[in-house]
Amino acid sequence: MSINGAAYIVGAFEHPTRFAPDKSTAQLHGEVAVGAIRDAGLSKDDIDGLFVSGDAPGGLQSMGNYLNLKLRHVDNVDIGGVSPIVQVAHAAEAIKLGKCNVALITLAGRPRAEEIKTGTTPRVRHASAPDVQWEFPYSVPTAVAYAIAAKRHMYEYGTTSEQLAWIKVAASHHAQHNPNAMLKDVVTVEDVVNSPMVSDPLHRLDCCVISDGGGAIIVARPEIAKSLKRPKVKLLGAGETTKHQEGGMFDITYSGAVRSGPTAFAEARVTQGDIKYVSIYDSFTITVLMQLEDLGFCEKGKGGAFVSDGNLISGVGKLPFNTDGGGLCNNHPTNRGGITKIIEAVRQLRGEAHPKVQVKNCDLALAHGTGGQLGVRHGSGTIIMERE
Amino acid sequence: MANYRKMAAPTPDPESQPFWDAATQGKFLVRKCNGCGKVHWYPRTICPFCASDETEWVDGKGTGTIYTYTVMRRAKEPYVVAYVELDEGPKMLTNIVECDVDSVEIGQQVELVWVPTTEDGPPVPCFKPA
Ligand SMILES: [Zn+2]
Repeated sequence: MSINGAAYIVGAFEHPTRFAPDKSTAQLHGEVAVGAIRDAGLSKDDIDGLFVSGDAPGGLQSMGNYLNLKLRHVDNVDIGGVSPIVQVAHAAEAIKLGKCNVALITLAGRPRAEEIKTGTTPRVRHASAPDVQWEFPYSVPTAVAYAIAAKRHMYEYGTTSEQLAWIKVAASHHAQHNPNAMLKDVVTVEDVVNSPMVSDPLHRLDCCVISDGGGAIIVARPEIAKSLKRPKVKLLGAGETTKHQEGGMFDITYSGAVRSGPTAFAEARVTQGDIKYVSIYDSFTITVLMQLEDLGFCEKGKGGAFVSDGNLISGVGKLPFNTDGGGLCNNHPTNRGGITKIIEAVRQLRGEAHPKVQVKNCDLALAHGTGGQLGVRHGSGTIIMERE
Repeated sequence: MANYRKMAAPTPDPESQPFWDAATQGKFLVRKCNGCGKVHWYPRTICPFCASDETEWVDGKGTGTIYTYTVMRRAKEPYVVAYVELDEGPKMLTNIVECDVDSVEIGQQVELVWVPTTEDGPPVPCFKPA
């Protein structure tokens, strides 16, 4: 039993806004849903599966009601910002089992309009979660939870701030071509390492943007995909996992990609060398570096050398990544970057990325994400897609 | 008396209450499994290694080494968040206090210090250079 070939991504839409004080969060979910439905060439009543996560106000019931959908399959998996990547796989599973034909995945929110200090103020998601009392007193905002992983990675493998900076530099080279990107200026390694320190060793420019907006994806069964006019993006494989503190006996330099990655590659029956483009969750520069290592694009500990000298820049390096500018420069809507990772991979596979960043003959792409807190506990998801 | 960052009170639950009661007495407890013999962190009744429910509170040494850390600069006063590898084995999320934040290093030996919390909460276990 496999999802290889069981479903296609037929619709994708990224909201153009990055600041939405004049819209409700439900409205943003509605607007991205409509955008993806139109992109696919479907109508609202074709949707029979709905997938939302922790960002959807009121969850499945309120969103199903707001959009007035006639559903026979629902899913609200929440493992942080990576959730939509995992939901693409879950949609394919549901389609394969005949539980739905056309699945809608939405993500949207407005942390910027609501002035949420996302990275530098601790947030409690579930007050009764067993770990809160062992963490909250120590004040561990998101930037801190990633910085402690970066620090140990540097200690064990000699990774440098300049190497991490190259990830931001590559993202900025792509963002200059995206008119909707929050940060469109090309930056240098010096700009990154000279920006103010947030939490050692992560500087301000090692961190992603905080933006309002969102995106949506539509996944459909093969017969429906073939009836539509859009280029066909077939799902080949997927993997998911969580990674955490393992009773205290854990290695902080690894991410969940060590499990979700091999599962996805095995199901897709492709290898790292076959992949033409990657969308890699870039909450922080260190997130990208560890995930690339753990997905097997380079040897463990050699990520610093791998990302240097423009190796992630489209048309320059060997592994073009996040050609929309990623979370580091373009968009990290509602502090959850999973949906934009899928959307840019779909653009690349359709040949609809900006001409300056479009990867030639882009027939195979991977999208991967880490949700939650890299150095504390996180969710991990990987999908591999093919242009047919 | 050291001048500590204002630290939020922990929120004990029935499973953790004995730990925080002991903390109020200045006593550092860890949870040990009688099934596999290992100490884990954070403390829980079901052993995270072997799933035995034969776990018990034992006195912790309160000593360890810094596994990793960061100095959080975007705060009124910079502070140090770290994982300390306890001499019993597991790594524990904590703060390093009573130190020059710029002199903290991975591998540094540290010892337990209790830091008071707001709202008359129990003190929380932190560490300082040994
Ligand atoms: Zn045990």
